Amino acid sequence: MAEGLRDKVAIIGMGCTKFGELWDKGAEDLMVDAFQECIQDAGIEKKDIQAAWFGVHFEEQSVGKGATSLALALKLPYIPVTRVENFCATGTEALRGACYAVASGAYDIALALGVEKLKDTGYGGLPGGPGLMGAKNALIMPKLTAPGGFAMMATRYFAVYGLSPEEGKKMLAKVSAKSHYNGARNPKAHLRREVTEEQILNAPIIAWPLGLFDCCGVSDGSAAAIVTRADMAKKFRPDPVYIKALQVALSSGEELMYTNWDGAHVETGYRAGVLAYKEAGIKNPRKEVSMAEVHDCFSITEAVTMEDLQFSPRGKVKEDIEAGRFDLDGEQPVQPDGGLKCFGHPIGASGLRMVYEMYKQLQGKAQLPERQLKNPKMGLTHNMGGFPAMNVVSVAIVGL
Amino acid sequence: MIGIESYGAYIPRYRINHNTIFFAVGFLGTFPPPGENAVANHDEDTLSMAVTAGIDCLSGMKREKVDGLYLATTSQPYTLRQNSAIVATALDLQPSIRTADFIGSNKSGTTALLSAFDAIKGETSSHILVCASDCRLNKPGSPQEHLYGDGAAALLVGNDEVIATYEGYYSVSYDFPDRWKAAGEEFEHAWEDRFIRDAGYAKMIPEAISGLLKKYDLNIKDFAKIMFPGLYAREHAAITKRLGAEPAQIQDTMLTTVGDTGSASPLMMLVAALEDAKPGDKIMVASFGNGSDALFFQVTANIKKMKDGRGAKRSLGAKKDLASYEKYLAFRNLAPMELGMRGEISFRTPMSALFRERKVVIGLCGSKCKRCGTPQYPPQRICVNPECGAVDEMEDYRFSDKKGTLFTYTGDNLAANIDPPAIYGLVDFDGGGRFWFDLTDCDLDSVKVGMPVEMTFRRRYVDEDGGVYGYSWKAMPVRA
Repeated sequence: MAEGLRDKVAIIGMGCTKFGELWDKGAEDLMVDAFQECIQDAGIEKKDIQAAWFGVHFEEQSVGKGATSLALALKLPYIPVTRVENFCATGTEALRGACYAVASGAYDIALALGVEKLKDTGYGGLPGGPGLMGAKNALIMPKLTAPGGFAMMATRYFAVYGLSPEEGKKMLAKVSAKSHYNGARNPKAHLRREVTEEQILNAPIIAWPLGLFDCCGVSDGSAAAIVTRADMAKKFRPDPVYIKALQVALSSGEELMYTNWDGAHVETGYRAGVLAYKEAGIKNPRKEVSMAEVHDCFSITEAVTMEDLQFSPRGKVKEDIEAGRFDLDGEQPVQPDGGLKCFGHPIGASGLRMVYEMYKQLQGKAQLPERQLKNPKMGLTHNMGGFPAMNVVSVAIVGL
Repeated sequence: MIGIESYGAYIPRYRINHNTIFFAVGFLGTFPPPGENAVANHDEDTLSMAVTAGIDCLSGMKREKVDGLYLATTSQPYTLRQNSAIVATALDLQPSIRTADFIGSNKSGTTALLSAFDAIKGETSSHILVCASDCRLNKPGSPQEHLYGDGAAALLVGNDEVIATYEGYYSVSYDFPDRWKAAGEEFEHAWEDRFIRDAGYAKMIPEAISGLLKKYDLNIKDFAKIMFPGLYAREHAAITKRLGAEPAQIQDTMLTTVGDTGSASPLMMLVAALEDAKPGDKIMVASFGNGSDALFFQVTANIKKMKDGRGAKRSLGAKKDLASYEKYLAFRNLAPMELGMRGEISFRTPMSALFRERKVVIGLCGSKCKRCGTPQYPPQRICVNPECGAVDEMEDYRFSDKKGTLFTYTGDNLAANIDPPAIYGLVDFDGGGRFWFDLTDCDLDSVKVGMPVEMTFRRRYVDEDGGVYGYSWKAMPVRA
């Protein structure tokens, strides 16, 4: 009987660069920055690392194929390094690979590092092009961009739950305003300015009904984690953070090609949540998950994710948003670091950046006192890659 | 009896008023006559319009019976790669058919039609779809800009329950150099208008029509409707008079509502005439271009079965004024438009994959599970219904003729598009099946969740590096 990962693996060190439009840093610089903070935090030496997992999505923008770029940048001493890629879940996949490696007993200490240098394309938004989804899709898919793909979920959510575009956009504005409030207080965030709901509502439309502030930033960044077996963790530090669950769910084609999906939720988000709660032994996510960093690539994604992860009942997230439940001082803070909204989304790094925030919050080491949440016990991170109709979702749960 | 079994037509949604053109660029010398021209959307061309007219013509018919597809045009996208074969694939016709391109002259539409009748008569084919379509690139400021319109017509010919019997023809051919275009040239040349009018138009059309009357011992008064291109309005009336015809016998040329549609023009008029025809009517059509073909028909009682909205009138009515000449230039790629670097990312069309997936990409064919009945696009080997999951129990299923409802949508300003925003969404097909498609021929404000949509064959991209026009299907609001 499969037992899952719960309490078998611990994180003993993490690093995260400042995220932003880092014109003077390449992918190699970002890898070194994240790694140096990570290894110093773990208090180990490079020779102690036995294997590494490396996450990057748009390799053509930065590091090229394979995993040699990590090995070369960090001067890793002839150890196995594996490159992983799974859309926006890439960073979490790197962590998952490293965790399985130590949980299996194959290694004692493993590194997970994710990086993305997005700002070398010459244009805003994520790198585009018809070929990204394969040749066949290039011949039949619409001109889908990320904001457009998720805007279709907003259109659908508004229609299913009877929200006028004005009501819907107002709900979403509160999501972004909250994240900007949090990001403004985080020195590592890219966008560090508070914005009002009015500014958000008046911003230019990117993909109807989503406006500029409904979209996350586009940034460069890197984050890293060093993991070991849980029974060894206390040898390295008094406050390791334990993996409670690490789950991934992928679309089966049902959402895009069958007609039973309602388009107002992400089926994989719900499924990955259910798997993760089972693995972590969580019965009531609304009560037991102290805080979360979820994939707010767009405001609608965060709103829908609150329902997918069972923080809010279906169709009722508006009430929780309006009640401030997910604010920094709310009952269940979400995006305490500012989220993708303020960090941007360097794809390979995002999953590990989210875990970095949970790790620091659990240790009581959020950089500034006004950011530190009170006694969090269980943190959840969530990534969603692809489009609502066809995607991958990863959920990680970490705790003390 | 050999004749026409069905008809169809397509006129694109946009119209540009002659004044819009005149006030933007003026003309060499003359103020244009009042009127407007049909303008293909930026994602339309000769082939896409031919397919739409073909679908109109084949609606309610068994496509399996079609064993020939002739395409007439002067604006074929490809000089090598048979254009009619692309149209046949888009129409999901069987491979065991004869396809042929009739190009190079504005009379190619009538010549294709004559050739089709010959093939039926010679019993080498039984049902041939003749599509005539033109979407010509006009030099900005040229007289052609207000003379030419975009459009397509289609006629299914055969000997099965014909709506009009093919009665006879008379053709004349001259190397008349009124208009010409050398290989590789973008725009056509034209000799002086007075020459074209007096030495060609005013002589060759009457020559063909008179020849036909004489050949079959007919009187012009025998015809309920007579039609020939209206390039010169005053001369058109003069020819009518010289032939001894009454103005009431003359079919509207659509010159001020659609423009001259080149090779499609005579067939378009013929379709419009058939829409109003009564059993027993004699109808004559003549073309003009390096000579003239005159053909005549007699309408049968079967014409009553055709009165179901197919033809030119429906698309003549579904129109939107294109108020901006600049937008027209952008649609035709006559002004270099900034699409942003996102729009400059090149994509080399994998031709072997395109061939392998031709039914999926060009034909919009999916599969239907024989076990649970679920239609799915693109075709799947393992059934997408989670309750079923049957493996390799699929049959072909055509989505192009299915209507659907819009499940959700967006108007995307980030996507590179010649006419932003790029509108796209998910479509739930009537009878099952869901997929995402670009939306076209609509405005964001009028798009709603749950609105009825139909599918339309469009040119989705131009792969300039590979020299490939990329076609597939888009959704659009159902035309009233």
